[in-house]
Amino acid sequence: MKKQIQFTLNGTRASREVPNHRLLLDLLRDEIGVTGTKEGCGTGDCGACSVMVDGRLICSCLVLGVEAEGKSVDTIEGMAEGDRLHPLQTKFLEHAALQCGVCTPGMLIAARALLAQNPDPSETDVRYWLAGNLCRCTGYQKIVEAVLDAAAEMRTR
Amino acid sequence: MKRTEPFDFYQPATVAEASRLLKDNGPGGRFLAGGTDLVIAMKEKGLLPKYIVDLKRVPGLGGIRENGDGTMTIGALTTMYTIETSPVIKKKYPSLAQSAAEVGSIQIRNRATIGGNMANATPSADVAPSLIALNAMAKIVSAVGERTVSIEEFFRGPGQSVMSADEILTEVTIPKTSPQLVGEYIKFSPRDMMDLAYIGVAVAYNLGKDKMCSGVRIVLGAVAPTPIRARNSEALLEGKILTEELAAQVGDEAARESKPISDVRSSADYRRAMVGVMTKRALLNAAVGPAQAWLDRRDRRY
Repeated sequence: MKKQIQFTLNGTRASREVPNHRLLLDLLRDEIGVTGTKEGCGTGDCGACSVMVDGRLICSCLVLGVEAEGKSVDTIEGMAEGDRLHPLQTKFLEHAALQCGVCTPGMLIAARALLAQNPDPSETDVRYWLAGNLCRCTGYQKIVEAVLDAAAEMRTR
Repeated sequence: MKRTEPFDFYQPATVAEASRLLKDNGPGGRFLAGGTDLVIAMKEKGLLPKYIVDLKRVPGLGGIRENGDGTMTIGALTTMYTIETSPVIKKKYPSLAQSAAEVGSIQIRNRATIGGNMANATPSADVAPSLIALNAMAKIVSAVGERTVSIEEFFRGPGQSVMSADEILTEVTIPKTSPQLVGEYIKFSPRDMMDLAYIGVAVAYNLGKDKMCSGVRIVLGAVAPTPIRARNSEALLEGKILTEELAAQVGDEAARESKPISDVRSSADYRRAMVGVMTKRALLNAAVGPAQAWLDRRDRRY
């Protein structure tokens, strides 16, 4: 009831024996120890567990670890380059777009996916793209402003 | 939070192999597509499969193709996001793209598949009414043969389709349609996103230059054990010129044809009333075309 899988995690090759029933979220957090990705609901409603798999934004609580075989997985840990924060991370700090921080990794991953797909989103675009990422603290306003600000800065590069 | 229990996991390379695994291994097996229903069922609804057969390694189950005979085929493993953003679907069947866009979130739509959605057979599924309005057909394959069933006849009840345990839905085909075809899907729910439909209304009809409507199909979701055609309502509009007044009458008839229940989301009375309102709006929206078709809902582009 286990499978040996090879996959890429934040650009680095990984090889692990994974029980079939292990969720990707738990593989990341409990077995590999990258705990930036959070569990909020376990049912794909809150987006706190958002990661990228082969360039697609998904909820890791709904994916089996064994399904990562042959795929590239990107988590929040790979967003900054060493000490250099991603513009989204910088703007989240500048705008105070977080309080408890639990939704934040998912928000950043989701926002980065949006800007990769649409570098010049409207506020409406941002709100609808982030509809799958819930925040109990901020009321979303500063998150949206931070995303739009980061997008503007990234467009000047 | 509940966790999944151990199971055997297979990743066959052909549909026949996948079907045979279900036949040979007996009860307790499930097919896995995007996992957005299956994994939740395992975590929240007490589903304990003994084995899971992943369909994602089987080639030929994805993709959208426009066929030479004017039909369009959508592979069962096509994700909701692909349908939502597909240039050919947005151009030819914008209301189908619309319904796919209503499902969950981006995260869900990047995994949820049209095949899995049909197989899950939820009465409130957003894509089903649109497919029925387009008279779509499902191809169902097993190790011993294949058959074609219209999506209209595909559902037997909540969570029940006509497929047996070893059958796999491989593709959905939309028959050739007239260039005059217009359509709309309205999902009525209190939240703009991440909600289940209180009611769903899909309409499709051929709109002549004189505003005469033919080939009218009106399909209601979430107001019966399966998505249903509102045939009496269709007959009221068939061969007539669409006016606001007639749209309202058709809406009233659709409300009478619906069989909603009261549940945690809504009362039956409210659902019935909203069927009337949303059917009227859907008919009128369809006539003005996709550019303005978000009149009463929302303006969305990514």
